Amino acid sequence: MRLTLPILLLAAGPTFANKVFVSNERGNSVTVLDSATWEVIGEFPAGNRPRGIVISPDGSRLYVCASDDDTVRVFDPETYEEIGTLPSGPDPELFVIDASGNPLYVANEDDNLVTVVDVDTRAVLAEVPVGVEPEGMALSPDGAMLVNTSETTNMAHFIDTGSFSIVHNVLVDQRPRYAEFSHDGTKLYVSAEIGGTVAVIDLTGEEPALVKKIGFEVAGVRPEWLQPVGMRLTKDDKRLFVALGPANRVAVIDAETDEVVDYLLVGQRVWQLEFTPDEAFLITTNGNSNDVSIVDVAAEKVIKSVQVGEQPWGVTVAPD
Amino acid sequence: MPMLGIVAVAWFAVLVSAASGLEIRAAVLRVETDRPLPISRLDLPPDDLGFAGAVLATEDNQTTGTFLGMEFSAETRSVTPETALGAIQELRAEGIGIIVLLAPGEEVAALADAAGSDALVLNSGAPDEALREEECRANLLHIGPSRAMLADAVVQFLIWKQWRRLALVHGSHTEDHALAEAYRAAARKFGATIVEEREFVDTGGARRTDTGHVLVQRQMPVFMQDLPGHDAVVVADEADVFAAYLPYHLWFPRPVAGSAGMIPVSWHDAHEAWGATQFQRRFERMAGRGMRQEDYQVWLALRVIGEAVIRTGSADPTQLRDYALSDAFELAAFKGQKVTFRPWNGQLRQPVLLTDRHITVAVSPQEGFLHQVSPLDTLGRDRPETRCTAFGG
Repeated sequence: MRLTLPILLLAAGPTFANKVFVSNERGNSVTVLDSATWEVIGEFPAGNRPRGIVISPDGSRLYVCASDDDTVRVFDPETYEEIGTLPSGPDPELFVIDASGNPLYVANEDDNLVTVVDVDTRAVLAEVPVGVEPEGMALSPDGAMLVNTSETTNMAHFIDTGSFSIVHNVLVDQRPRYAEFSHDGTKLYVSAEIGGTVAVIDLTGEEPALVKKIGFEVAGVRPEWLQPVGMRLTKDDKRLFVALGPANRVAVIDAETDEVVDYLLVGQRVWQLEFTPDEAFLITTNGNSNDVSIVDVAAEKVIKSVQVGEQPWGVTVAPD
Repeated sequence: MPMLGIVAVAWFAVLVSAASGLEIRAAVLRVETDRPLPISRLDLPPDDLGFAGAVLATEDNQTTGTFLGMEFSAETRSVTPETALGAIQELRAEGIGIIVLLAPGEEVAALADAAGSDALVLNSGAPDEALREEECRANLLHIGPSRAMLADAVVQFLIWKQWRRLALVHGSHTEDHALAEAYRAAARKFGATIVEEREFVDTGGARRTDTGHVLVQRQMPVFMQDLPGHDAVVVADEADVFAAYLPYHLWFPRPVAGSAGMIPVSWHDAHEAWGATQFQRRFERMAGRGMRQEDYQVWLALRVIGEAVIRTGSADPTQLRDYALSDAFELAAFKGQKVTFRPWNGQLRQPVLLTDRHITVAVSPQEGFLHQVSPLDTLGRDRPETRCTAFGG
């Protein structure tokens, strides 16, 4: 039997070490962190203006929306070599991947389209016309329903992934940025950056119904800076974390009552969020302070901030 | 720490289903005036000035409208001051009650009156203070910033820089005098000192001559010599006679702001922040040129209408006006925060971009200028100072 040093170190650690990939919008790079030590362990060029970033469910491919290259770049998460590109349509910003690893759904802001791409054949399976400036993308837990939010149309579009056609539209507040399904599939959250609210959409009825809007209030912070953007919900559907952009806070929401229970101070202009697979930690990208904040999820406390590249935008964590 | 509020949502059950088949017809009326050629050929007005903004706004509204079974249209008309009133009457006779105006300040009030109190008129051109104050009309909303808002935006920045001693140079036209008065008021409001004023008299003649820059290089510094100590030069030249000649041609090396140098605008075609890039590209693909303030302000006027229609499910101008003036109204306009209306005079609250025409230099209101209601109300005439009574305030 042969044990190499890194494995020994790993075995000694309290948790699994996962690679954390952070896209740096201005730095044109991806920074790699180790989730056991929170040290930067690598950085590699990722095309022009990398924003949306997601790793395949099996951890074998890292997809990056290189917005100014009008393409999705595919990287090997081990070697950081580029292994290909995917047709994305112009200016791809955010995407979501099917739980099986295929297909990839991309929001194209310039063309008012959602593009469905087969990641193996690189074929465009469908283009779905949506509202003006599509942005947020989310898949229902069973993969049957795709939600896209359009920033200027102010709608959440519900797209049937069987027919690739829109089956419902729900109006939300100004500039919807991000959508997140509950894991039991009964609820959808949509953040509206300029509206300053998170819409709670009930999915248990015949049609999706907007049942509540969650507002935010932080003493000493001007209401117009409370701009909800990225969101993440724990697997038990109990806690929703919402990045509040230039308010430099992450809101903690009780996802059973949909009320805010706390605000965590993080870096400047907090944008996107991701959990480690065990949900022990939440990573926040802070675009204007060039760092990520690490939140201890159980304690609901910020434990660390780590400098990354210039203007971090998106974050994804390798699976166990 | 006080936590959150759940925002009450009264009408979210969306009146939209009731709105299916709704037709929303608007018009953009551009009143042409004889203006001399601009100093720079880059400023020559394109034929579709403003109208291109209407086309984009209608497309944007229609994208949403298609999902809701609504049909948006906008007719565009170019008229002279002599034919403008007739055009308004024709539009009203066609049943169009939503009219966006790109017209000189002195025409706007009469046109709004001609449209009638059951019409909604949106002023997307004239920056005149009086239209928002003494001459305000209940059926008239103002989309672009007023002269006071523009002047305040510049002076806030100069104060933030600690450039408090200003030399004010203005042109000799009526609108230049009005703009100079806005700068005087801004200086008083924010604590700047105007150390001296000068008037550059428009003596007519051709705006552009071959190698005209040779004379400009010699004449402008002489015009600007012997000023008391100052930190910056503020120039008020709405008529576009001389301001562009000032940067680099002063007697003392000082920054220039106002009608040249760092210019306050509602929009410029280099602006990229807050998702504006996609918006600029959408416009450029459609119009084949960059977006100008007039285009943006017409786009914004029709987006106000689109937003009000979508949220109320109505195409009635009075209902749309009331919704736009209500607390419920908010609109994203690529300015980093929602834009809303001042309910006391119908002026759209908005950040003002400061540009050197190459990049966005800064955005006002500046940090540290506080207000009990909205920092945006540090720009322009505030509620306690208003002379407008038509809005019931």
